[in-house]
Order: sequence, then structure tokens, then C-alpha cells
Amino acid sequence: MPRRTMIEAIRDAMDVSMARDSKVVVFGEDVGFFGGVFRCTQGLQAKYGKSRCFDAPINESGIVGSAIGMAAYGLKPCVEIQFADYMYPAYDQLTQEAARLRYRSNGDFTCPIVVRMPTGGGIFGGQTHSQSPEALFTHVSGLKTVVPSNPHDAKGLLIAAIEDPDPVIFLEPKRLYNGPFDGHHDRPVTPWSKHELGEVADGHYTVPLGKAAIRRAGSALTVLAYGTMVYVAQAAVEETGIDAEIIDLRTLLPLDLDTIVASVKKTGRCVIVHEATLTSGFGAELSALVQENCFYHLEAPVARVAGWDTPYPHAQEWDYFPGPARVGRALLETMGA
Amino acid sequence: MADAGMLRFHVPEPEVRPGGTPDFSNVPIPKAGSVPRPEIDADPRTIRDLAFSIIRVLNRNGEAVGPWAGLLSSDELLAGLRHMMTLRTFDARMQMAQRQGKTSFYMQHLGEEAVACAFRKALEPGDMNFPTYRQAGLLIADGYPMVTMMNQIYSNEADPLKGRQLPIMYSSKEHGFFSISGNLATQYIQAVGWAMASAISNDSKIAAAWIGDGSTAESDFHSALVFASTYKAPVVLNVVNNQWAISTFQGIARGGSGTFAARGLGFGIPSLRVDGNDYLAVHAVAKWAAERARSNLGPTLVEYVTYRAGAHSSSDDPSAYRPKTESDAWPLGDPIVRLKNHLIGLGVWSDERHAQAEAEILDTVIAAQKEAESHGTLHAGGKPSTRDMFEGLYAEMPPHLRRQRQQAGV
Repeated sequence: MPRRTMIEAIRDAMDVSMARDSKVVVFGEDVGFFGGVFRCTQGLQAKYGKSRCFDAPINESGIVGSAIGMAAYGLKPCVEIQFADYMYPAYDQLTQEAARLRYRSNGDFTCPIVVRMPTGGGIFGGQTHSQSPEALFTHVSGLKTVVPSNPHDAKGLLIAAIEDPDPVIFLEPKRLYNGPFDGHHDRPVTPWSKHELGEVADGHYTVPLGKAAIRRAGSALTVLAYGTMVYVAQAAVEETGIDAEIIDLRTLLPLDLDTIVASVKKTGRCVIVHEATLTSGFGAELSALVQENCFYHLEAPVARVAGWDTPYPHAQEWDYFPGPARVGRALLETMGA
Repeated sequence: MADAGMLRFHVPEPEVRPGGTPDFSNVPIPKAGSVPRPEIDADPRTIRDLAFSIIRVLNRNGEAVGPWAGLLSSDELLAGLRHMMTLRTFDARMQMAQRQGKTSFYMQHLGEEAVACAFRKALEPGDMNFPTYRQAGLLIADGYPMVTMMNQIYSNEADPLKGRQLPIMYSSKEHGFFSISGNLATQYIQAVGWAMASAISNDSKIAAAWIGDGSTAESDFHSALVFASTYKAPVVLNVVNNQWAISTFQGIARGGSGTFAARGLGFGIPSLRVDGNDYLAVHAVAKWAAERARSNLGPTLVEYVTYRAGAHSSSDDPSAYRPKTESDAWPLGDPIVRLKNHLIGLGVWSDERHAQAEAEILDTVIAAQKEAESHGTLHAGGKPSTRDMFEGLYAEMPPHLRRQRQQAGV
């Protein structure tokens, strides 16, 4: 089976979708001729023409707003916001327009759009190229929020998102684009070509939205993670030697609560990790759900490891990033060690 | 003279406030028929004057004059008159129903009826409007059932939107009327996107965007003009300048640009101003802009100069911020009276027939209202189910919503 980077897998997902359905159009800043600053759309304009893949003005509300109009017409736009940090001008269009169109019109109009955006830090991107705004989307009724952690899932989830009849926010952890980064910034990253989840089948396949994956089976503790933090959690588990079960959520909304609850009821312990800031982060929702559904099975308080509640700093990036050491400490504390 | 003294902060003010005498003498009103009608493929740079004038067809004597006249038959004009009269009567009844507590909120079109009623007739089936809350004339003029509109206003058991949306935020794909969100300006760029999609699909349909003078200050207005200009989208960009954004006079949004139409010039978009109280002028300009869009000539910006004779909404009291007699002083008159006089001048209408039509329309509206009220009003009779609150958010209800619906006991 061919091995692909996450960038190649995402590009392949759009390629497959555009080939199968002429209603799929792709646009965004630098997306057309150049193929995107991360090269996720490279070659699509040459292959499908300027009507199907084109450059947009630097105007995120315009990109999402026009995509909503296109979706109302009957197209299936898959647009790119260059960095998730740039999505705020489009937030009004996403939350009050895309998310509610089906509901408020009682299905008279619908909004099958995908809004892709690179998320997370670890690239010395500072405050404006490092944010993880997923909780700002999961808080909105009517959106779906997806965060893939590997090339195989990225392709299958993106095709599923493009085929979904409702608006999907597709957050691409940019630190994973070229390899499974485990938080050890001082070590080289293994390329996807050497990782089994870098195996990406040709052609069409989907990974269903709303289904988590168990990345490591274990009995002592459950780690809930998504995106980059899946690999950070794996490193922390290996370094502490704790027999943890690692759940990669993949889709935050709809959430695969059944998989989470079954695991925590089995292990009795739960550590939640995400890169986004702690307060009102998605981890707070996960923590509440775990205690509501698993309270009488819990042996220890639910722990959260997250980005500190500060803007994403530049020089202090690795003090900010919730790396394997911090995650490892939380695992040990939750085990009562 | 340059003034390098202490800096002074500038806040524009309307000419007159309550207690003052309305004065529109500084609003230049060109003579009807005096503005030329360019070819639709005219170089935008050669028709920039149209952004600073006012295209008018009906003169003071009720005659249709000049190069923009002559597009509509008297039967079409009679139908247009009936649409405007229907909308005004509909508004009066629904405003009263709101006062009677039958719904929470209402917004009327008083004085602005010509804009949407005439515009609708310049479009073809399949074209799509992205309206604001003051374009119900698009529905009335397209024959959308008044009972359905009222069911929506009452949020009753027959409400096509299941009680989920504020009164008057209608939606009808079938009638080329995009779901009104209630946010301002957000739909302007969506209209451009819809038009882009039509072009991408090599279709023949066009879109129409709608916005008020106040909301042109929103960044989505700018977004729409950029995208429309860049992609030459087949869209008509309508700005309804009714002089007032709730209590804020149009100078606050307009700033130093002279007119709202002038906003389009920097984008290379042909931009026209038209007498919004002149049914014939509105229709003629809309037709011109629609033809441009359909001929791959791109967007047109049209500013409709009109006056909001009523309150902003049922929650507003204009006497607190403008003279009560200001609407009487508005120099472009009333759109219904003007079309009525034109039709009388043509010999196809009379005061008697007008009075008779008014009575007939009132009967029709009251009959529709009775039928709608048989399905309930906001606080009485049949209403949408609590279950409807949970339905229809996603194509397929996700598990967390199913759990919440169960918790709600429905």
C-alpha cells in the first residue's frame, strides 16, 4: 500500500472527491496556482481547472460566506483557511450562518461545506500561527468538528466530511503534516513513510465521522487525546510504563461517547490531553462527560493536561506545549504513584 | 484652508432632529427622464456619474418619461400596484396583530414597497434573492401565499419553519427567496457565492444581494464587493437606502463617500442610484442590472433612494430621533400614490377602482389572517412541538442531541 504524508493524504482526499463529484470545489488563500502554503492543494488547479480550484482574496469571512452561498446553490465547497488562527473573521459566517442554515430554514436550504484549517503549534509560529480553536467550534450547535491524527484517517475523514450533508470544521494538526510528532522537539521526527498509519490506500474510502479509534489497548488508565497529542500521550505512556489505553477521538462532535465510557469504566482512571488552552477547553466537556457517565467506576479524579491559559508564546514554545513530561506526570499522579 | 490647530473629532449629524422642521432641500433630485440609459456593456469608467445621480421615470405629473421608461405594459403595472397595496395592507394587519400580542415582533415596509415588488419582476424563475428583513415584497410579488407568511409570523402549528425562526425571517427556495438569517450583511457575500456557483456550473441563473444603508458599514459588504468584482459574479448588489438605520441617520454609515452607490466605483463595479419610490424606475434599473449579470458582464451595484416612513420595527419609536413630519416632507413621495396617479393618467385606473381594490385586498388579507389564526398564534392555539426544537439541526440527529431530547421528555 502506498505511504503518504498527511499533506499528500489530504490532497488525495480532495483529488478523489473532485474526480468523483463535479460539485466539489476547492478554494482559499494561495490555494489555486501555488497549491497552498502547506501544499495541500498542489496540482488540483492544473488537474481540474480554475473553476474547480482557485485563489481567493485574503478575506476569511468572504471565503466562508461565499462557500455558504455556493452550498446553498448545490455545490460542495471545501475551503482552506490558511491557519486556524485566521478563522476569526469567518466565525460569524460559521456559527450564525453555516451552522444554522438547515435548522432555521427547516431544510429548505442546507450547507454542506468543509472548512479545512491547519491547527496547533510546535513550529515556532507564535501567537498567530499556533492556536487550537476546536472548542470554539464544538460549542456551536450545527457544526461538526474533526481532528485527524494520521494520513490514513486524514484522507478517510476528509472524504467523509466532503460527503457529509452538513458543515464540517476540519482541523489539521500542522505539526503532524510530515510525521508523528511526539513532543520531543529535540529529536528527529519519524517520517510517515516509516509509520503504519502512513499507509494510505489509493482511491475512495471513508473513515466515518463520530467514531473514535483505540490507538493502544490498556487496562490501567484511559487517555483521551486527538491530533498531535495522540503521539505525545504514546510517548508519555512508553516513558512511564503505565498500561494505558489511548483513545484517539478523531471527531470531537459528534463525539464517540460509547467508546470513551466503555474504556473508563474498564480502567477507572482518565487523563485528558489537548494542546488548546485549559479553561473552557474541550477537555472540560470530556471531563464532565466522564464523571457524569463513569463516576462510580472512577478510582481517581479526572485529570487534564493542556496548554497554559496564555497566548501561544514564541520563545517559550516548549515550556508552553504540553509535552511528554507533563503528560507523564499526570499519568503517574492519576495512578496514585 | 489647512488647519493645523488642535485636532477635533468629527461626528456627523442629521440636518434636523425632533422638534425641528424637516428639510430635504439639500437632497438634489434630478428631473425624471434626465439620466441617460447606457448600454449594458458600457465601460464602467464611462458611467461613473450614475453613482451620483438618481434615475427617475415618473415625473411630477405622473408621466413616464426618458430613456428608462416603457418597459412595462399597463397590465404589468396594474399588477405591480396591487402587489404594493397588498404588502401595505398585509403590514398594517400584521403590525396590529403584533400589538394584539399575536406575535412577538414585526417589521413593515411602509414607503418602501416599490423596491422589492418591482425588483422581483425583473428576475427570472430560478434566480435567487438573499433578502434582508424588509423585502417581503419579493414574496408577495411572486405569489407566495400570504397564509404561509402569516403562519411563520405567528410561529403556529403550520409554520413552515417549525417555530425556530423570528417572525418575518421567511425562507422559500421555490420562490427564489433565501432563508433570512436576521444577522446584518452576512448574506450579502453569500449571494455573491451563490452567483459564483451558478457561473462555475455554467448555469443561466443570477443572484440578488440585499442590504440596508446602515449595514453597508459591515465588513461583509466589503467582502461581497471584492469577491463580486474579482470573479465578475452574476449578481445584482442592492443597497436600500431608506435614510435610517434604526435611530442612526445614513451619514454615519456613508461617511464621506457622497452616496452608497459610490462604494462600488473603487471595485470597478457599475453603480447606479435609482428613485426607490418609482416602481417603473426600480424595475428598469433592476432589469438592466439583471441583464448585465446574465450576459457575463458581472455585478452591478444599485442604490435605491427611498425613505422608511414607518418605524424600524415593532420595537422602535422614530419620534425619539427624527421629526414626526419628516416622511411627509420626503421629496420622492409615496410609491403607491405615484404609480396610482400614473395609471390614472394612462386611463386604466381611477380613484373609485383604487378604493374598490383597497377594500378587496383588505378582505383577502383578513381572510388569510383568519385562516392562519385557525392554526394558532404565538401564545394561543396550535404551535410547533418541543420535539421540533431538536429536529433538523443536522441531517441525522447526533447522539448527544438524542440524549438531550430524551431528557426534555419529548
